[in-house]
Amino acid sequence: MSETVKFTIDGKECIGKKGQYIVDAAAENGVYIPVLCHMKDVIPAGSCRVCTVKANGRNMAACTSPVEEGMSIENNTAELLDIRKAIVEMLFVEGNHFCPACEKSGNCDLQALGYKYQMMVPRFPYVFERRNIDATTPKIFLERNRCIFCKRCVRMIKDAEGRSIFAFKGRGETLEINIDHKLAANMTDEMAQLAMDICPVGAILRKEVGFNEAIGTRKYDKKVIGSDIENNHQ
Amino acid sequence: MKEKISRIVENFGNDAARLMDILSEVQSEYGCVSCEAVSAIAENLHISEVDVIQTRSFYHFFTEEQVGKYAVYLNNSVVSCMNGMSDVADEFQKQLGVKFGQKTADGLVSLHYTACIGMSDQEPAAIINDVVFTSLTRNKVAKLVADMRAGKAVNDMVTEFGDGNNANPIVRSMVKNNIMKTGPVVLDAYEVGLGLSKALGMDSKAVIKEVLDSGLRGRGGAGFPTGMKWEFCSREAGDHYVMCNADEGEPGTFKDRVLLTERASMVFEGMAIGAYAIGAKEGVLYLRREYKYMKALLENVLTEMRSENLLGNNILGKGFNFDIRVQFGAGAYVCGEESALIESAEGKRGEPRNRPPFPAQKGYKGKPTIVNNVETFCAAARILDRGAAWHKAIGTPESSGTKVLSISGDCNAPGVYELPWGMSISEMLTMVGASDVQAVQVAGPSGICLPPAQFDRKIALEDLPTGGSMIVIGNKRDLLKDVVLNFMEFFADESCGSCVTCRSFNMILKNSIEKVVEGHGITKDIDDMSAWSEILRKTTRCGLGQTSSNPITTTIKNFRPLYDARVKNVEYQSDFDMSKAVVESCAVVGRSAEIHE
Amino acid sequence: MSKPIIATTSLAGCFGCHMSILDIDDRILQLIELVEFNKSPIDDIKTFTKQCDIGIIEGGCCNSENVHVLKEFRKNCKILISLGECAIMGGLPAMRNGIPVKECLEEAYWGGPTVGLNTEKIMPNDPELPMILDKVYPCHEIVKIDYYLPGCAPRADLIWAAVVALVTGDELNIPYELVKFD
Repeated sequence: MSETVKFTIDGKECIGKKGQYIVDAAAENGVYIPVLCHMKDVIPAGSCRVCTVKANGRNMAACTSPVEEGMSIENNTAELLDIRKAIVEMLFVEGNHFCPACEKSGNCDLQALGYKYQMMVPRFPYVFERRNIDATTPKIFLERNRCIFCKRCVRMIKDAEGRSIFAFKGRGETLEINIDHKLAANMTDEMAQLAMDICPVGAILRKEVGFNEAIGTRKYDKKVIGSDIENNHQ
Repeated sequence: MKEKISRIVENFGNDAARLMDILSEVQSEYGCVSCEAVSAIAENLHISEVDVIQTRSFYHFFTEEQVGKYAVYLNNSVVSCMNGMSDVADEFQKQLGVKFGQKTADGLVSLHYTACIGMSDQEPAAIINDVVFTSLTRNKVAKLVADMRAGKAVNDMVTEFGDGNNANPIVRSMVKNNIMKTGPVVLDAYEVGLGLSKALGMDSKAVIKEVLDSGLRGRGGAGFPTGMKWEFCSREAGDHYVMCNADEGEPGTFKDRVLLTERASMVFEGMAIGAYAIGAKEGVLYLRREYKYMKALLENVLTEMRSENLLGNNILGKGFNFDIRVQFGAGAYVCGEESALIESAEGKRGEPRNRPPFPAQKGYKGKPTIVNNVETFCAAARILDRGAAWHKAIGTPESSGTKVLSISGDCNAPGVYELPWGMSISEMLTMVGASDVQAVQVAGPSGICLPPAQFDRKIALEDLPTGGSMIVIGNKRDLLKDVVLNFMEFFADESCGSCVTCRSFNMILKNSIEKVVEGHGITKDIDDMSAWSEILRKTTRCGLGQTSSNPITTTIKNFRPLYDARVKNVEYQSDFDMSKAVVESCAVVGRSAEIHE
Repeated sequence: MSKPIIATTSLAGCFGCHMSILDIDDRILQLIELVEFNKSPIDDIKTFTKQCDIGIIEGGCCNSENVHVLKEFRKNCKILISLGECAIMGGLPAMRNGIPVKECLEEAYWGGPTVGLNTEKIMPNDPELPMILDKVYPCHEIVKIDYYLPGCAPRADLIWAAVVALVTGDELNIPYELVKFD
């Protein structure tokens, strides 16, 4: 049996397993910490930084830092909420997120965080950088305008021999998500669907299907992101 | 091409972890790593093409497009610009009729800008096909272009040679050491093997204790106690590795260049001592690509040390086995971060890892690894020879020993100075012959921009920590434009991008400072830059993002009047310029762009 | 006390936001009790006849005329509200941002599927036509904007709640369902 550790989040006493990432341990205790790159049981990337918490007085990513015995974690403080809102706003200006034209709208985690934090307008200037769409593979569109570089597809979508179908290209300002044309040609519908589902935004879309859900019935139309975690443990 | 690439890949054991070396050979062979080459490499390594591309595209000395037969990489960092880089660039462009970022039509020469190449004491400098050309002038450029047109071998274009090992027949480089002051720890007379033989006569735990007691702290800038790092690492089970961080990329730093030129055996000896202390058999010297001209020298030193039984099997007859290989980077500042360096040495993108685990727990190849700076290993070698107490007595109580500084910029005697920790900035300025000083950039762009009012502060880990970069900025400089903007462009380019905050905020901050420099800013922009820098600092994984806003924040703090003089104190101001905004559409329809609003 | 005066306009928008204003249904009767309308497509007043309190802007700025109108609004209104995605971030028209204007115009007038008759490759250039800008600008990049109401279109309930709060000075608490970007 794995060792348990006691810790607190905003004063609430919690119990987790030794080595468990803060974000997962928090969820098991009914505390939602927002994430865009993290997925439970997948090697964390620590790339979106929206899960930044203050643990024992130090800022850290809740998705890459394990809970420790006696750890005192700050989550919903004014400072952290502003940081998270700023990151969401920053993602909205650095990419080209035209929600009304996006198939993922209503089911998009980035948009849902914008809703949660009631982003009325980003505080940062819009960048409007041109990014190219790759529609050359048979099953999916790669809509780079919407990519937030979370690496979920990079980490999770592999071919039968474990080779990457998605990877980063470039660095800094020229960074983009790249798709392997040879391997993507053999993607199954299931893989394409998985890739679309794990994408927190609308950067990966399946071809020839879509817009199945009516406005008002989508994931985040009426329900705040994270509310399922918070409600499960009342 | 396919066959040749198969052979290259095979030479590295068909091992994807050696992708850096494979890409490097392919780039040298073909002047690029083309789509075709990517395809062949991927096939041979049985990995996907995007995985080859992700590494290739991370490093700026690997290119998709073919570079010229002569690929000129001109340094456009701050000190180079101070010393007349723009004239040199202009002359290259004039002589060749192409702009930077372009290649001559005949494919002979391509012009590229590159970040600091570790020659700040002899700028402007450029690298042409791995050969360094320093102190460039318009005349020298004209000569270089003539030589290139005449098809001269790059090595033959070097006509004068530097001092010390730079003049060694296997180096033949025009780089000068510029050693201005030697100190007792690193640059004093040195005999190879003394420290190592003493270490091997001790218990490995005693070696660690000696280093701990010496007070030695990491010389790369962070100042982590070296002995503690070794101690943590030694406790871990399994194979261990020793890595030397010779990726000195902090603009304004060049001391490792000199140490590797003149004290390579001392570096390797320090690595061997570290290896003995933690129980490692293999070591890697991760060397920045910009220093490729030293390759033969370093390999030669390794060979000599093996023949003297200071490396290899059964070292000095004590049953200890250890050897070192040299791993080259390919142009990426972030690889100076230890976990990024490890990723790079494993053939991947140089993205810093999340921690925990720390490299001392899980480092190179997932094994416990110590990564120390070139100078740290030198100091370790000396400490084992002279003893902890001897070292501890030098410097200040919290910073023992000496620091090798790279001093450049607006001063009479730029170069390398080994000083006991604790010297004040004003003493330093007197020493290097600098007057009329506006600021000193301590510890490079990621450090702080220090105003004269603080020149009594001490160079010491407890006051002004530094990895060695000291850039003197004279009063004639436009601090915000010449220094801060240049640094922010550097960080925006060098962010690995894996933290979205680092990638985007550096770009956003660069745009903001540019707006202020161009005179479009308002007071709110200054407050915004401070606030946004704070978010960046709090939300990134590695030291790059945590410090990359320092050029802005430390100048706002220390040089606020420069900002206030450049911004309007109004609540709102639009950057919008109608005449510029309609230029394109007016051109398409053939209308004058003078439009009445 | 006289009633607050509202002006509205649609710049580079689709009039969807104005439709959403009308979508407050019978509350429009309460609205005209609360406020007076000046320049607006709703009452078809074409030019400002007096200083207004609130200007509601739909659409971003894609051409020189949009900029002109927006600046007029800034001059004539105490408070400006960016209403909807286009005003806030350019919206769908801004999908052309990053693409050279030349490419856009050639596609629109020469290359597009519905312009087959333009065989002489005429590029419209009547002096009356405003000029297309290098990109579609969010309104707050041209003039100071005081408030933002997102949505495509913003929900009628959001518009209603915001206008009432602004006019009455009451605090605005927006339910989750009302802040949407589509």
